[in-house]
Amino acid sequence: MKKLSLISLAVIVVLTPFLFSCKKLTRSHAVVVWHWMTDRDEALQELARKYKEETGQEVQFQLYAPSDVYSQKVKVGAQTNSLPDIYGVLGDAQDLAHFIEAGHVENLTGSLGEGPDSWRSTFYEEAINTAYFKAGNSFNVPEGTYGIPLDVTTIPMIYNKSLFAKAGLDPQKPPQTWTEFLEAGKALKKIGVTGFVSGWAETWLIYSLVTDLAHNLMGAEKVMDTHAGKVSYTDPDWVAVFTAFEQLQKAGFVDPSLVTLGNKAAEQAFSQERSGITFNGSWAVNVYAGMNDKLDYAPFPPPQLGNKFPPCVWGGAGSVFLVNAKSEVKDKAVAFLKWLSDKKQASFMVSATRNLSAVKDVGGEGVSPVLQQFADLMKNSIHPNRFLISEDPKVQEAITKGIQSILISEKTPSKVAEEVQKAKEKSKTE
Amino acid sequence: MEQRAGNTKKSDSPFTWHMAGNYFFVLPALLMFLIFNFYPYIQVFFLSVFKWNGISLSKTFVGLANYKDIISDNVSWWISMKNAAYVTGLALTVQNGVALMLAWMVDRDIRGGQIYRSIFFLPPILSGIVVGLIWNWIYQGDYGLLNGLLDKFGYGHLKEAWLANPKTALTALSVVHMWKGFGWGFIILLAGLQGIPRELYEAARVDGASEVRIFWKITVPLMIPVFILVSVLTVLGTMQMYDLVITTTRGGPGLHTEVPMKRILDEITPGSRVGYASAMGVVFGAVLLVVSMIQIQLSKWFKAE
Repeated sequence: MKKLSLISLAVIVVLTPFLFSCKKLTRSHAVVVWHWMTDRDEALQELARKYKEETGQEVQFQLYAPSDVYSQKVKVGAQTNSLPDIYGVLGDAQDLAHFIEAGHVENLTGSLGEGPDSWRSTFYEEAINTAYFKAGNSFNVPEGTYGIPLDVTTIPMIYNKSLFAKAGLDPQKPPQTWTEFLEAGKALKKIGVTGFVSGWAETWLIYSLVTDLAHNLMGAEKVMDTHAGKVSYTDPDWVAVFTAFEQLQKAGFVDPSLVTLGNKAAEQAFSQERSGITFNGSWAVNVYAGMNDKLDYAPFPPPQLGNKFPPCVWGGAGSVFLVNAKSEVKDKAVAFLKWLSDKKQASFMVSATRNLSAVKDVGGEGVSPVLQQFADLMKNSIHPNRFLISEDPKVQEAITKGIQSILISEKTPSKVAEEVQKAKEKSKTE
Repeated sequence: MEQRAGNTKKSDSPFTWHMAGNYFFVLPALLMFLIFNFYPYIQVFFLSVFKWNGISLSKTFVGLANYKDIISDNVSWWISMKNAAYVTGLALTVQNGVALMLAWMVDRDIRGGQIYRSIFFLPPILSGIVVGLIWNWIYQGDYGLLNGLLDKFGYGHLKEAWLANPKTALTALSVVHMWKGFGWGFIILLAGLQGIPRELYEAARVDGASEVRIFWKITVPLMIPVFILVSVLTVLGTMQMYDLVITTTRGGPGLHTEVPMKRILDEITPGSRVGYASAMGVVFGAVLLVVSMIQIQLSKWFKAE
C-alpha cells in the first residue's frame, strides 16, 4: 500500500506540469499586438485606450525590445504557432516571404480594395507596396499585399547648414554630385570638423548607400539583373560604385572611427556639430530634437555618381503590421488596423512620435518643415522590400564588409568586386 | 537466520523500494535537465543536417553538406575562430597572469585587502553592453578619452582610431575583455591561495627558502588544479564572447573582430539559415570540448609530475 501511494504520488508530481501545459489557454477576445517600437509604445497604448472607448473592443499592445529580441520572439512564435493577432516582421522581403509561406500572414488585398475610395488609396504607394509581392516574384509568394504600413522612413544624406556656411559653402545648396560631395567634405575638414560621419558599424546603412549609388549609376534594371545573376559584380559600373568609397577614404575627411561607429554614436557626433554631413534616416528628426534642438540641418539625396538615372533614396518602408492568418479574431484585427490608419489616428501618431506617416496628407504638430523635407524625398525612393529580386544576405555581407575593407585601405575596389562575385556564385549553388 | 540472509540479499539489489523516494527527489532535476539541456542538444544535431529558414514548415535534408561547407568553404567562420583564439591566448596569459599577481598580493594580507577584493570584482558584474559602450567612447578616434589623454601628456603622435584600425582593433577589444574578465580569475585564484596551509610557507621560511622559491615550489604545484579550473573557464568564456563585440565593433572593420558566436547568430538573423547555424554550433561545441579535454589531460599530467 505504501509502495502504491509512493508511485501514485510520483506519477502525479511528474505529470502535473504537463497536464496544465496541455490545457489550451482560453484567450479573451482582445486583439493582441506584438511590437518593438519603444519610442511609439506610449502613443500606441493611448490609441488602444481610445479604440476601446469608441468601440468597446480591447486591444493589447505588447512591447518586446530591443529589435533583435523582438525578431527572435516572432520567430519562436511562428515555430510554436503562438503568434499574436497582429505583429510585424523585422527584415527584408525574404523574411516576410518565409512567414507568408508558412501560413502566418493574412493576404489583405481584398480588405484593402481598389480605386480612389479604397483603404489602399489612403496610403502612400511606396509605403503600401512595402508589403506587396508582385506576380512572379522570386520568393514564389502568391501576388498580394500582406501588411499595413504604420509609418515610413527615408534614409538620405543630411548636412549641417551652419557648418556649411562656416566652411564657405552655400548653406542652401547641398552637394549634388559625388565630386561636389568630396569637395564639401574637404572644406568642412578645414574648419576642424569631420566632413562625414555615419554609423557604418551597422552594415545595413552601408548597403543602403550602395544600392542608392548603384541605382543612380546603372538604373534599377541592371541592379535587378545583377541580383538575378545576369550581370557580374565585376562589371565596371559596380567597380565604379565601390570606387566611390575608395575616393571617400582617400579624401581624408571622414570620421576616423566611421566603420566601427554605431548609429547612435554617429547621431551624437552630428547633433553635437562635430561633423558636417551624415547619412541617416528620417527618425533622426526626433533623435536630433532630443540631442540638440538648435541644430540647423536639412536632408538631401545621396550625391549622384552618374547622370543617366535620377538620384535615389532608400525610403517608403517603415513599420508594417501583419495580421496573423491563424488568428481567431482576424476580422477584428483588420478592423482595428483600418481604424489605426484613419487620418485622425495617423495625425495623432505623427504629433506624438515625429515619424512620417504612411497615410497620405496627414498633418499634425509633429510635421515640422524639416520632416516634410524628408517626406518629399520619398519620390524616386527605392527599398529592397519592393525589389522584384532580393539579393542574398551573404552577398550583401560581402558587399558591406568589402566596403569596410576599402574604407580602411585594406582592399581595392576590384578585389572587393571579385570577392562579392565569388559570394554571388556560391549563393547561386545553394 | 534464513530471514537475515534474505534481508542481506535484498539490500544488495541496485534498486529497492525504499530507495524510490530518493529517485523521486532527483526526478524533477532530471526532467529539467532532459527538457532544457539534453533535448536542445539533440535538436541542434538534428537541425544541423537540414536546410531550414527557421520559419517554414518544411525542412530539406542535406546530410553533412552544412558541415562540409563550414570546414572547407567558410573563410569568415575560420577567421572568427582565429580571432577568438587570439583573444583567448591573451586572456589565458595576460588576464590570468594579472589575476594571479593581484590574488597573490591580496593573499599576503596587504592593507585594504577587502577593498581591493571588491574593486577587482567590480568589472565582471557590470553588464557587457554597458562596458562595451563605455570603452567604445574611450577608444573613439576623434574625441575618445584615450586619445585625449595621449594628447594631454604629449603623446599625440600615438593617437589612433583604436577600434577602426585593423592593426589595433582585435587587441583593443581583447583589452576590454580582459579588463572585464580578470575579476573572475582573481576570486577563484585567491580562494585557491587561501586554501594552502600557512604552515607550509612557515616551514619553508624557517628552512631559509626565498619568496621566489616558495612561490615556485609550494604555491604553484598546489595551485595547479585551480589554474586548470581558471583556464578552462577562461577558454569557454572567451571563445563565446559576443556582447562586447556587438557594442564596440560589430565584427568590423571587415572581419577583423568577428567572433564565432556572432557568425552563428548572423546565420540565423539576417541569414535565415538555421540548419547551417546549428551545424556551426555543433562544430564550435566540438572544438571547445576538445580544447577542454586537452586542458584536463594536461592537468592530470602536471599532477602526476
